[in-house]
Amino acid sequence: MSGFDWNVILNNRGLLLQGLAVSFQLTLVAIAGGMALGTVLAMCRLSRFRPLAIAAGSYVNFLRSLPLILVIFWFYILTPQIVGHPIDAYSSVLIAFTLFEAAYYCEIIRAGIASVKAGQVNAGLALGFGQFHVMRYVVLPQAFRNMLPVLLTQAIIMFQDTSIVYVVGVRDFLTAADVVANSNNRPVELYSVVAVTFLVICFTASRLVGRLQRKYAL
Amino acid sequence: MIEVTGVSKWYQQFQVLKDCSLTIKSGEVIVICGPSGSGKSTLIKCMNGLEPFQQGEIKVGDVSVGAKGTDLPKLRSRIGMVFQNFELFPHMTVRKNITLPQVKILGRSKDESDARTIKLLERMGLPSQADKFPAQLSGGQQQRVAIARALAMDPVAMLFDEPTSALDPEMINEVLDVMVALAQDGMTMAVVTHEMGFARRVANRVVFMDQGSIVEDAPKEAFFGTPRSERAQLFLSKILQH
Ligand SMILES: Nc1ncnc2c1ncn2[C@@H]1O[C@H](COP(=O)(O)OP(=O)(O)OP(=O)(O)O)[C@@H](O)[C@H]1O
Ligand SMILES: [Mg+2]
Repeated sequence: MSGFDWNVILNNRGLLLQGLAVSFQLTLVAIAGGMALGTVLAMCRLSRFRPLAIAAGSYVNFLRSLPLILVIFWFYILTPQIVGHPIDAYSSVLIAFTLFEAAYYCEIIRAGIASVKAGQVNAGLALGFGQFHVMRYVVLPQAFRNMLPVLLTQAIIMFQDTSIVYVVGVRDFLTAADVVANSNNRPVELYSVVAVTFLVICFTASRLVGRLQRKYAL
Repeated sequence: MIEVTGVSKWYQQFQVLKDCSLTIKSGEVIVICGPSGSGKSTLIKCMNGLEPFQQGEIKVGDVSVGAKGTDLPKLRSRIGMVFQNFELFPHMTVRKNITLPQVKILGRSKDESDARTIKLLERMGLPSQADKFPAQLSGGQQQRVAIARALAMDPVAMLFDEPTSALDPEMINEVLDVMVALAQDGMTMAVVTHEMGFARRVANRVVFMDQGSIVEDAPKEAFFGTPRSERAQLFLSKILQH
């Protein structure tokens, strides 16, 4: 085995960067979708209308007891059968991630909402805000601030988890690196670059979380 | 203005309010006192529908608080409420705390609301604090902002739940002074407090509660002269010691 050959990285940087972009995109879409759906789920779970609360609770508990990789397989194989025509792996993965993450975000958001004191809700109601506006102007902004660190930590975990899409052949960062590694027979260089890249991104992100936490703490 | 008639409330088996009746006329100031757990907070929270009750009736003007079809948000927007722990919204500046409800609830324009906010802050003796966050203010200042926020809605009555209990002694007076001025301006007020100095200065009547019942409801002269019930006498002697 000869020494490290960095040229293989440089020569294939386009492919690798594209893969990295896919990983980021997947992360961002799943965070946005997961948070939106997670907020709705959290509202449902906290709703006084029991059937809604139970339905949302079952959804969350069900998804949280499945391994992510199973959910990804499931959507990859099941979605085409449901919609009646084949869909691309990338879309199925986006849906799977969003639905899976929503279950986790739901629980984070629920805890965040519970962290806002009842007195704040009373103050909002006493001013004449309706339930919905109390949520929107009083509870949720504080809840999101309180859970910012957990939300971002979840986002970092999610970014690492995107590498699982390898199993259905979506060209994320790891898959791209794998393709390059195989065609050039340079696995050591490629997997090292993947490892270092993940390390740098995740480490920087978690430092950032710490900073934000200090800045936005209420 | 506010008419409480035969109100009872239960938490499961436990009866918090027992057949309470109380009338507050327009422009009157009522002080409610009594030992901890006697139901004072519960009673004034019933007045703006923050707490439901199972029996009796509460009317604010012609609106029945407990009735099914009552538009509670609208009713509440006409009654100001001030809490023991201020309950300013910590993620908004002082200005936003006072302006947002005017814009969102009353539908006032931004400019008009802002002008009103500045006027009220001046009246509260806080002209230069508008762009600070609540956490940057002292307790006394926060409570005055809370009063300004309530007043910005042009309420027909104000409810206070132990507005000075969470304050350091040296800040109590700055809040009481604002409340006295408000009372002298003719605001209808129900005030839960143990500040008997405040009661002496501006209260029309003093209401004493014990174990969920209104034990005594007397003009302040009569109340401070010779309370009729032993429990009120005992309570007064305790709190007047310090
Ligand atoms: N959510 C609740 N569930 C059950 N009991 C409650 C609840 N809220 C209040 N209580 C009880 O109702 C009684 C009256 O409470 P309330 O807060 O009205 O008393 P208070 O006179 O305001 O007392 P304090 O001076 O301590 O503020 C208390 O015994 C309290 O324990
Ligand atoms: Mg109380």
